[in-house]
Amino acid sequence: MVGVISVATIGWFVFQEGLPAFKEAGIVNLVLGREWLPPALYGIFPMIVSTLISTAGAVVIGVPIAILTAVFLAELAPKWLADIVRPAVELLAGIPSVVYGFFGLVIIVPAIETLFNIPAGNTILAGIIVLAIMILPTVITISETSLRALPPVYKEGALALGASHIYSIFKVLVPAARSGIFTGVALGIARAIGETMAIIMVMGNAPAMPGSILEPARTLTANIAMEMSYATGIHSSALYSTGIVLLVFIVLLNASLLYLNRTRSY
Amino acid sequence: MLQDKRIFNRERQDKLLFAAIWSAAAITILFLLWVVWHILSNGLAHVSWEFITGAYTRIGEASGIWAMIVSTVYMVGLSLAIAAPIGIMTAIYLTEYAAPGSKVVKTIRFCTESLAGIPSIVYGLFGMTFFVTTLGLGFSILSGSLTLAMLILPVIIRTTEEALLAVPMSYREGGYALGSSKIYTIYRLILPSALPGIVTSIILSTGRVIGESAPVFLTAGMVTQIPESVLDSGRTLTVHLYKLTQELFTQHEWDQAYATATVLIVLVLLLNMTTKLIATHMNKH
Repeated sequence: MVGVISVATIGWFVFQEGLPAFKEAGIVNLVLGREWLPPALYGIFPMIVSTLISTAGAVVIGVPIAILTAVFLAELAPKWLADIVRPAVELLAGIPSVVYGFFGLVIIVPAIETLFNIPAGNTILAGIIVLAIMILPTVITISETSLRALPPVYKEGALALGASHIYSIFKVLVPAARSGIFTGVALGIARAIGETMAIIMVMGNAPAMPGSILEPARTLTANIAMEMSYATGIHSSALYSTGIVLLVFIVLLNASLLYLNRTRSY
Repeated sequence: MLQDKRIFNRERQDKLLFAAIWSAAAITILFLLWVVWHILSNGLAHVSWEFITGAYTRIGEASGIWAMIVSTVYMVGLSLAIAAPIGIMTAIYLTEYAAPGSKVVKTIRFCTESLAGIPSIVYGLFGMTFFVTTLGLGFSILSGSLTLAMLILPVIIRTTEEALLAVPMSYREGGYALGSSKIYTIYRLILPSALPGIVTSIILSTGRVIGESAPVFLTAGMVTQIPESVLDSGRTLTVHLYKLTQELFTQHEWDQAYATATVLIVLVLLLNMTTKLIATHMNKH
C-alpha cells in the first residue's frame, strides 16, 4: 500500500536522476576518457579499471578461503566449534566498513610499505586485502546455507559408493550447491564493487591509470564520495555518470548470475 | 600396482584438501580475532566516561564523542521511524493481502531486490541531490535519515515477510473461525506471533544505520555539534572515525581513533548478542 508507491518511486527516482547526467557528458568521452581533471576533463576509465582490479583481486583471495570455511562449517566442524565460528562470522559481517578501513590503514598499509620497500603503502594491494576480508562473511554465510540445504541422500549416496568424505564434498556436494555458492560470490562481488569508505582510506585515491597493484588508485565509488560534496554543474553530472556506470556493473553482475543459474539448473 | 598408486594419490589428495579446509577456517577466525583484538587492545584504555560524554573541539584536547553518539541515535531513531512502518506494512500486504505471483507482488519484489543491490554511495548521491538540494532540507539529520530509510527498507520488508510466512496457517483459520475480521486477526494474532522476527529486522537495520558512512556524510554532513533539531547537520560515529583517520598526527589523535573504533565494535557486539537472545527466546516457544 504505502510501501508499493514508495518503493516504486525510489527505484524510479534513482534512475531518473541519473540518466540525464549521463547524456550531458557524452558517453564515449566519459567512459573511455583516461584523464580526470575537473573542470576540464572527465574521463573515468582509470576508475573503471581500478574498480575491476581491486574487485577481482579480492575475489581471488577471498572466495577460496570463504568457500572452504563454508565447507568447514557445514561438513567438518564439530558442533561446538561451528557454534563458535558462526557467530564470529556474523560479527565480521556487522563491523562497520570504516573500522575495516582504519584497520587497513594502521596494519596493512604500513605492512605493504615494509614488505615491498615503497614510500607509500596506500595501494591497490591494500584495497584488495581489505576487500577480501570484507567479502568473507557474505560468501561464507550464503555458501554454508546452500550446502546445508542439500538433501542428505547426496552425501549418503556418495559415501555408499565408497567415496571418501572429502571426495564426496568436492565432487558431489560443492557442485550440487553451486547455484547457491554462485549467489554468495555474486553478492560478495557486489559488496566489493560498492564499498566506499574503506577503499578511500587505504587506496591512495589518485585518479590516474594504475600501472601495477603497488600503485595508488581511485575506484568509482571513491570518486563519487570524495568530490560530490563540492561538485557543481557539469562536474556533478560527471559524478552522476560515475554512479550510472557503477549501477551498470551491478546490473551486469545480477544478469550474469541469473544466466548462470538458469543454464546450470538442468 | 597402478591401482595402488591411484589409491595412494587419492588419500594424499584427501589429506591436502582436508588441511586446506581447516586452514581456511583458521584464517577466517584469525583475521576476525586480529581486527577485533587490535582495535580493542589499543582503544579500550582510552574509552572513558569523559570520552563518551564529553564535547569535541577540533583544536585542543577536548575529544569527547557525545555529539556523535547523539547524532547516531537520532539517525537510527528517525530512519527506523520512517522505514519500519512502511516496510512492515508492505510485508503485511505482500504476505496477507496480495495474490501470490500477481503483477503487484512481482513489481514490489523486483523493486526491493534492485534497491538491495544498489551500492550505498549511489543512495548518497541521490539523497544529496534530492533531499539536500531539491527538497531544500540541507545537510541535516532528516536528509540523512530519509536516505538511510530507503537503504534499510529492503532489509525490513524481507525479514518481516519471512517472519509473517513462518506463522502457521492454522492461526489465521482459527481467527476467522471465531468470526474475527481480517484486520483484527492480523493485528491480534499474526503480528504478535511474528514479533520476534520483526524485532530482528529492526535490529539488523539498526546495525546498517550505525555502520553506514558514505551516504551519511553526503546527506547529513559532519558538524560536530549536538544537533538541536532534525534539520541540523550532525556527524555520526562512523563519519567521525573517518574524519579522525584523515589527521592522525599526534598520539592523542591516534588514541581518539582507536577509542571511537572500539565504541563501534562494542555496539556491533551488543546488537549481535541481542539478536542471539531473541533467536533463542523464539526457539523456546
